[in-house]
Amino acid sequence: MKENVVIIGGGIAGIEAAKQLLLLGYCPIIVEKQDHLGGHVAEWHKLFPDMTPAKDIVDEMTSEISGANVFLETTVSSLNRLSGGYSVVLSNGIAIVCRAILIATGFHLFDAEKKEEYGYGIYNQVITNRDLEHWFNSGKDARIDGREMKKIGFVHCVGSRDLKAGNSQCSKVCCVTAIKQAIEMKEKFPEAEIYCFYMDLRLFGKKYEDFYINAQKDYGIHFIRGRVSEVGEKIDGSLQVKAEDTLSGKPLKVSLDLLVLMAGMVCNPKTTEIARMIHADIDTDGFLRSRNNIYNIMESDRPGIFLAGTCTGTKTVPETVAEARAAVLSIHNYLSR
Amino acid sequence: MTDFGFTRAKSSTVNLDEVDTSLYRRILQVEPDVRRCMECGSCSAVCTAAPLSGMSVRKVIHALERGVDIAPMLSGCMLCGKCTMVCPRGINTRHLILSLERYYKKEEKA
Ligand SMILES: Cc1cc2nc3c(=O)[nH]c(=O)nc-3n(C[C@H](O)[C@H](O)[C@H](O)COP(=O)(O)OP(=O)(O)OC[C@H]3O[C@@H](n4cnc5c(N)ncnc54)[C@H](O)[C@@H]3O)c2cc1C
Ligand code: SF4
Ligand code: SF4
Ligand code: SF4
Repeated sequence: MKENVVIIGGGIAGIEAAKQLLLLGYCPIIVEKQDHLGGHVAEWHKLFPDMTPAKDIVDEMTSEISGANVFLETTVSSLNRLSGGYSVVLSNGIAIVCRAILIATGFHLFDAEKKEEYGYGIYNQVITNRDLEHWFNSGKDARIDGREMKKIGFVHCVGSRDLKAGNSQCSKVCCVTAIKQAIEMKEKFPEAEIYCFYMDLRLFGKKYEDFYINAQKDYGIHFIRGRVSEVGEKIDGSLQVKAEDTLSGKPLKVSLDLLVLMAGMVCNPKTTEIARMIHADIDTDGFLRSRNNIYNIMESDRPGIFLAGTCTGTKTVPETVAEARAAVLSIHNYLSR
Repeated sequence: MTDFGFTRAKSSTVNLDEVDTSLYRRILQVEPDVRRCMECGSCSAVCTAAPLSGMSVRKVIHALERGVDIAPMLSGCMLCGKCTMVCPRGINTRHLILSLERYYKKEEKA
C-alpha cells in the first residue's frame, strides 16, 4: 500500500508538493479549507515577472495532481502525536494516520481596515491590491466602474514595515506588485497620472528592475519618496492624500480618484492554530519557525512535520514551488530512513 | 593674493570625516530609538507646524546625524504629538523634541 502524506493547504505549495509526492509513489492527501485549489494565486490576474496568466499556472499545476486525494472545504480538527507518526482528524470526520505531514497553509493578506488613516472601508475610492486583481479578473467593481480616473495613487508598505500595525517585516512582493499594477492601470487609463508612494523600492527578483525602468520610461509613472500619512475625502468626492516629499523635504498633497493600498503578507492565523496542536514554534517574525533559516527552511523542529511556501515567510511563486519540491525530498528522505 | 573680484563659495559637500556628531551621540544616550528612523517622512507629513515653519522631525533626526545645527527648526514645534502617533518605527518623536529642548536650555544657562 502507498504511504499517506497529509498536506494541509492546497495553494501552489500544496499542489506542487502533491505532484512530486505522486511521482515518488506516495499517496498525498490535500486538506484545503476553500472550495477550490490554488490559494492566493487563484485570485491573481497576471503574475510577474512575465505577466503569465495566474489561471494558466493554477490550471496546469492542478491538472497534474488528478491522482491525489483532495478534500475541499475541509480543515484539520485535531492533530495528535502517535508513536512514530500522527493521527489527523479532519473537519469532515475522516481520520488519517501518517508518518509525515506537510504544512502549506500559506499567508494572510494584511487587513487594510486596520490602518484607519488610509480610509479603506470608509472611502469608496480606496481599494487594496487584492481588490484590483479581482477587478482585472472580473471587470466588476463599483468603486472603479464608470468613474473618471484622472489620478491614481499606490501606497506601498501597508501593514508591512510598521511596528504599529504589528508587522515590522518587509512583505517583499508588494513593490513589484505595485509597479506591475500601476503599469496595468496606465494601460487601462492612458490619460491618468499615476503616483507610487514608497519608502524604499525593493525590486530584488529576476527582471523586477525592468518593471521599474519600464514604469518610468514607457508609462511615465511618478515615484514619490514618502510614506502616505493620511487620506481624506474632499467635497468634490476626490481623495486628498498627504505625505512628505522627502527628497525635496516639503510636505506634499495630491488629490486622487483612486488609491490602491499594497496590503502586505502576514502569517495566516490558521497556521498558528495548527502549530499549537503540535507544539511547533513561531519565529520572531510571526511566521512558522523552521529548523534552520539558512539550509533547512522546509523542516520544522518536530519529527515528521515539514513546511513549504509562505507559512514560513513571504515568498514569490517560483520560490514557493522550489521550496515545495525541496520539502518533498526531505519527506522522502525521512520516510525512507 | 590677487583680488579677482569674486570669492569661492564654501563647498556644500557633506564631509563625513569632519562632521561633529557629539550632540547626536549625547542624544542617543537618552533617545536610543532615534537610530531606528528610516526617513519615511510620516512625522513631517502630519505635522501641523511643517508647512509654515519648516519643522520636520525627519529633518531634525537627519541633521542631528550629520552634525548640523537644529535649534532653529525646533522653535516651530507645538509639541502636539501627532508625529509620534504615526511613526511606523515606534519612535517617541515628541519626547525626542523635549530632550533636545532641554539640552539647548542647559546650553543657554551654561
Ligand atoms: C497582491 C499580491 C500579488 C502577488 N503576485 C505575485 C506574482 O505576480 N508573482 C509571484 O511570483 N508571486 C506573487 N505573489 C506571491 C504569491 O501570492 C505567493 O507566493 C503564493 O500565494 C504562495 O503560495 P502558498 O501555497 O504558500 O500560500 P497560499 O497561496 O496562501 O495558499 C495557502 C492555502 O492553504 C489553505 N489553508 C490555509 N489554512 C488552512 C487550514 N487550516 N486548513 C486547510 N487549508 C488551509 C488556504 O485556503 C490556501 O488555499 C503575490 C502576492 C500578493 C499579496
Ligand atoms: S516590498 Fe516594497 S511595498 Fe512591500 S513591504 Fe517591502 S518595501 Fe514595502
Ligand atoms: S515617522 Fe518615524 S521613521 Fe518616519 S521619518 Fe519620522 S521619525 Fe523617522
Ligand atoms: S509634536 Fe511638533 S513636530 Fe510633532 S507633529 Fe506636533 S508640531 Fe509637528
